[in-house]
Amino acid sequence: MKITGYADKISARPGESIRFMVNCERPRYRADIVRLVCGDLNPDGPGIREQVVPTPANTSYKGRPQKIESGSYVKIPNSPLLQNLTSFTVQAMLWPTTPDSGAQAIVSKWQDRRRSGFALVIQAGRLALQLGDGKGTVEVVSATKPLLARQWYFVAASYDAETGRVTLYQEPQTDYPTVSDAARIRKKTQLAQMGSHQAGLMFAALRTGSGKGRLDQKFNGKIDSPRLANRVLDRSDMERLKSGVPAHLQESVVGAWDFSQDISSTIVTDMSPNRLHGETVNMPARGMKGYNWSGESMDWKQAPEQYGAIHFHADDVYDAGWEVDFSLTVPAQLKSGLYAARLRSGAEEDYIPFVVKPTPGKEKKLAFLLPTASYMAYANEHMATNAGLIELLSGRLAPLDKNSLFLNEHREYGGSCYDSHSDGSGVCYSSRLRPILNMRPKHISALGGDGSSLWQFNADTHITDWLETKGYDFDVITDEDLHYEGLALLKPYQVILSGTHPEYHSLQMWDAMKAYQNQGGRLMYMGANGWYWRVAFHPDCPGLMEVRRNEGGIRTWAAEPGEYYHSFTGEYGGLWRNQGRAPQVMLGTGFSAQGFDISAPYHRLPDSFQPRAAFIFEGIGKDEVIGDFGLIGGGAAGLEIDRADERLGTPPHALVLATSKGGHTDIYLVVCEELLVTTPGLGGTENELVRADMVFYETPGGGAVWSSSSIAWAGSLSHNKYDNNVSRITHNVLERFLDPAPFVR
Amino acid sequence: MHTVYKISANDQNVVEEFNARPIGHHSPALQRVLNVIRGQPVRDKYVLICTKPHQEWTLGKLTGERGKPVRLLKEQVFTSVEDAEREVFRRRWERHTGTKG
Repeated sequence: MKITGYADKISARPGESIRFMVNCERPRYRADIVRLVCGDLNPDGPGIREQVVPTPANTSYKGRPQKIESGSYVKIPNSPLLQNLTSFTVQAMLWPTTPDSGAQAIVSKWQDRRRSGFALVIQAGRLALQLGDGKGTVEVVSATKPLLARQWYFVAASYDAETGRVTLYQEPQTDYPTVSDAARIRKKTQLAQMGSHQAGLMFAALRTGSGKGRLDQKFNGKIDSPRLANRVLDRSDMERLKSGVPAHLQESVVGAWDFSQDISSTIVTDMSPNRLHGETVNMPARGMKGYNWSGESMDWKQAPEQYGAIHFHADDVYDAGWEVDFSLTVPAQLKSGLYAARLRSGAEEDYIPFVVKPTPGKEKKLAFLLPTASYMAYANEHMATNAGLIELLSGRLAPLDKNSLFLNEHREYGGSCYDSHSDGSGVCYSSRLRPILNMRPKHISALGGDGSSLWQFNADTHITDWLETKGYDFDVITDEDLHYEGLALLKPYQVILSGTHPEYHSLQMWDAMKAYQNQGGRLMYMGANGWYWRVAFHPDCPGLMEVRRNEGGIRTWAAEPGEYYHSFTGEYGGLWRNQGRAPQVMLGTGFSAQGFDISAPYHRLPDSFQPRAAFIFEGIGKDEVIGDFGLIGGGAAGLEIDRADERLGTPPHALVLATSKGGHTDIYLVVCEELLVTTPGLGGTENELVRADMVFYETPGGGAVWSSSSIAWAGSLSHNKYDNNVSRITHNVLERFLDPAPFVR
Repeated sequence: MHTVYKISANDQNVVEEFNARPIGHHSPALQRVLNVIRGQPVRDKYVLICTKPHQEWTLGKLTGERGKPVRLLKEQVFTSVEDAEREVFRRRWERHTGTKG
C-alpha cells in the first residue's frame, strides 16, 4: 500500500473538525468524503456501496511519505547535572526478554553524531558499557557471561574519569547450579574523558539522530529502579540505592527513578532531590511486577513498591504523530452515519473511517452503536501471519488481502490486543492514532468465515447496508462516545442496534447500557461474543485502550500472574463474566462456542410460538428453517455464537426462540471458560453448548432485548434482495422496538 | 500445532471426501487428517493470497519470521477457493505420505 492514513477522532458532531494524517508515496492523491453503506467486495452480495459527500475537503493533495517510529522508551530532558557528568555510576534491575536479539540500550546519555557520552547496553547478549569521548573514539567494556532471558538481574556500571577505570556488574537474582551468568568486570579504558553533549537521558533505547527513524537499540524487557550517580559508588551504596536515596548519598545521586509512581500516566518520577522527571513514549507496559514482587499481592495499587517495573517493547506504538494533511469541519446538514475519507492515487486506495454523530437534540429514534472498542482491540491484528492457528480454527486456508500483506511487513504499524510483541509478551494496549488497516471497507479477514470473510468493521457494514436499504432513519454512535458520555448518549433513542461483534466494554460503557435497559430502552443484539472483555481507556491519552487477558476466556496470550489489573485505571481486568457480569446479564445470551468455517441455520423452539413472541415471527412459517443462507459461511448462525444460560444471568422470563444446535461442524468448539474438566466431544456435532440461541425478553420500564447471538447474522440480511426470513425477523423486531408502546407496564 | 497422528495409506479413503467438499462438514476420519495437515507450524505454511478479491487467488507461504514478506507462489492461479484447497491438500498429502493422493 502506497497510501495509508488515520484521523485524530473516531467521531464528530456537525460543526466539529476532524484532522486526517496521510502517508502517500506518490506525488499526489485525491481525498473524497464518502458515506459508507456496504464494504463487502463479495459479488454474491450487495457489492460496494458508498456515496460521495461534497465537502471542501474533497480535492487533490500533495503526497508525502510519513513514517511510524515504533519502540517504547523513557526520555528525561537534558539538565546541567546530566550534561556535566564526568565520573558516574549507573544501575538498574533488569529483566531482559530478548537478550540475544542485537544491541539494546538500557540507560543512555548518548549523542551518536559525535560518539559522545555513555550507554549501558546489551551487546552480543551481555551487559556492556559504551563510552564515547565526543571526538569519535568509543570504548566498550563487556561482561563475559551472557544474560538469560526472563531472569532478573542487578546490572550496574561505574566510570572513574580520573583513572579511566570501568567496573561492570551483572548479578543474577536467582542462582542456578551449573549456569554461569554472573559477571564483574574491571577494566581501565584509554579514553581521555567522556564526551559532554546536550541530548537527554533515555531508558530502553538510544538515538542515532533527532529525526524520526533514528530511534535505535530498542530494548525488550523490564527495567526497574534505574539510578544514576555522579561518582563511582561502591557495591554497598548501590544496594542502598535500590530502595531509595539515603541521606549520605543525596549529594551523589543525580536521579533515582521510581516507575511505581504515577502508573496510570506517562509521567516518570525522579525521587531524588534533583527531580529529573521524564515521560514514557509509545506506551510501554506499566503496572508490571518488579524484581521484588513477592506474589502476596496481585494488585499494583495494594503494593506499588512491588510494581516498579516498566516492560518496554521494540514494537510498541501509541501515536504515529504524523503531520496533518487536511481537515474536515463536519457540515451542519450532514446526517449522522458512517463515513470515511477515501484516499486515491492511481490504483492505490485507502479509507479512513469516522462517524458523524447527530446534532444534540436532533437524534433519530434508532442508533447503531458502532463497536469501536472492539475495532481497537483487533486493530492491525496479525493472527494469520504470526501464528499457524488460523487455518485450524477456520477449517480453510487463511486468506490474505493487500492490507494483511502490508501489515505483515510493516510491523511499525503496531499490533492488536490479539498479538504478542516480538518478545512474546502480550500486547495489552491498542491505539487508534495510527492507520488501522483492518478497520476498512473492502477488507477481507482470515477470521470472517467462508464466503465474504468479514470481521468486525467491514462485517458491520452489512448492518448499515440493511438499514439504508430498508429506509430506516438512524444515527451512528461509537463505543468511545458511550464511554465518555454515558447514559446521556443513549437516552434519546428508542432502539440501540449493536454491531456484529461488540466484545469489549469499559465499566462506563457497561453501566450506561444497563441503565438504558432499565429505563425502557430497547437493545437489538445483532451479533455475538458481546460484552465479554473488560477494558480501560487511558485517563489522559486519547484513543488508547487497555486489555488484560486474565484467568480465562478465548485469548491468544495470557497476562502474567500478578499483572491482572489495568494500569490505566487500577481496575481488575479480564472477562466481565469473572466479575459477576456475564454477557447473559446484558443480552440474555453469552459466548458459548466458536468456529470459522461455515455457518448453520436456526430452528424454531416452542418459546417462539408464545404470544409474547408473535410479533417476531410474523410471516415466518411454523417449521421454517431460519437463515440457511448468507454471505458469512452460508448461514445466519456462525463464527462466534452465544447461548442462553440462566445460571449465568439469562433472565428467567426470557424466551429462547430458536437455536442452531446440532448444525455446526466440529471446527466449532466450546469456549474454554466452560471447561473445568476436559472431555472428548467438545465439537459442534456432539456438544450441546455449541449453539446460537435467539432470545427475547422484556426489561423494566417497558423495554426489551432481542439477541441474534451470532456474528454471522448480518451476513444473511441481504440474501434474495433482502427478502428472506433473517431480514424479516430483524425487521419485525425493529418495527416493534421502534413503537414506543411499552412491552410490560 | 504439532500433532502426534501420522497420516498413512490407511487414510486414503478420506481423499475423495475432501476433494468433494474441502470446506464444511467432514467425517471424523477426514477431520483427523485435516488437523494434522492444517496444523502445520507457521514456517512455510500455505496461505491464500487474494490477488483479485473474490475472483482470483494464488498460494503463498509464510516465513515464520516477523516482517518478512509472504512468499508468493505465482505460478498457479486459482479461480475458486475450493481448487486452491485441493491443491494444498494434494501437496501436503504427498509430503506427509510420500505418495500422490
